[in-house]
Amino acid sequence: MSAATSHAAATSHGAVEPAESPLTPESWGKLGMWIFLAGDAVGFGTLLAAYGGMRATSGDWPNPFEVLGINLTAAMTFLLICSSVTMVKALEWLGKGDRTRARMFLFFTALGGAIFVSCQAYEWSHLIHRGLHINGNPWGAALFGTSFFIVTGFHGLHVTAGVIYLLANIAVVSRRPDPAASYNMVEITGLYWHFVDLVWIMVFTFMYLL
Amino acid sequence: MAGDHQHPNYMAIFYWLAILTVGEIGVVFLPHYLPISKLTVGVFLCAFAIVKAAMVAMYFMHLKFETRTLGLIAVTPLAIATLLVFVILPDAFFVNHKTANLKPAAEGAAKH
Repeated sequence: MSAATSHAAATSHGAVEPAESPLTPESWGKLGMWIFLAGDAVGFGTLLAAYGGMRATSGDWPNPFEVLGINLTAAMTFLLICSSVTMVKALEWLGKGDRTRARMFLFFTALGGAIFVSCQAYEWSHLIHRGLHINGNPWGAALFGTSFFIVTGFHGLHVTAGVIYLLANIAVVSRRPDPAASYNMVEITGLYWHFVDLVWIMVFTFMYLL
Repeated sequence: MAGDHQHPNYMAIFYWLAILTVGEIGVVFLPHYLPISKLTVGVFLCAFAIVKAAMVAMYFMHLKFETRTLGLIAVTPLAIATLLVFVILPDAFFVNHKTANLKPAAEGAAKH
């Protein structure tokens, strides 16, 4: 392969990659995202493990199922699962070369994320109004509120960042005439978005249902 | 690598995730109707959550079609979190035990 052809191949995904990544031959960016997500998962794992430790040893931990309620959060869980499906559909359409449908599904994904964050803001304000604060609550252990706000807040921050990330993706896909040039970028964004969904599955189970 | 494989049936995965979510919510209400312990409910909920998370990672994140080493990178945080639980629990129980011992002593001192 000549130097010019090699350079053209390397830049076809919009980035110059001097050597092939051994684990993710598609791009180094994908490997980078996996490593970032592994680090992020340790962060969430630590928070949930600490939550479990505090709850197991507390004598007056409130029953989250009764205090928090699950109607809204069950709907939010379903919404996030739906947004994961629209994300994979966006990638699928991009792979088929349909930029318009890919952008539409990316928009639906971002919209799902935005509605999720809005629901979380509503839930927070409702619970704060009922007396759940970061340093205390009327139902029992003060750390219940602390852990609730830290874990759901950390996750909500990830969803917010994901929505911004998705909107940036839509802008880039719109600017690039060749759909194949955006495939790798959207796939990496998808990894982040599905991770956010995966974490919520754990948060929903451990902080609301158990 | 993920780019070379045939896409899985995403809608089937979605239906399974939706069914499992409904199942999770159903399990929470089971003790109201059946003589089931809280521990059993907890085990069921953890199993449901793990299956759902695994489905998202394997099919939506395409981990099933990636190299084994990448899979190991993805699983490492789970191992670290599990290890952390075992690190935290003895310490937390020790603190709780100490607090429980201090309570009667404090009550006794208050009587005097």
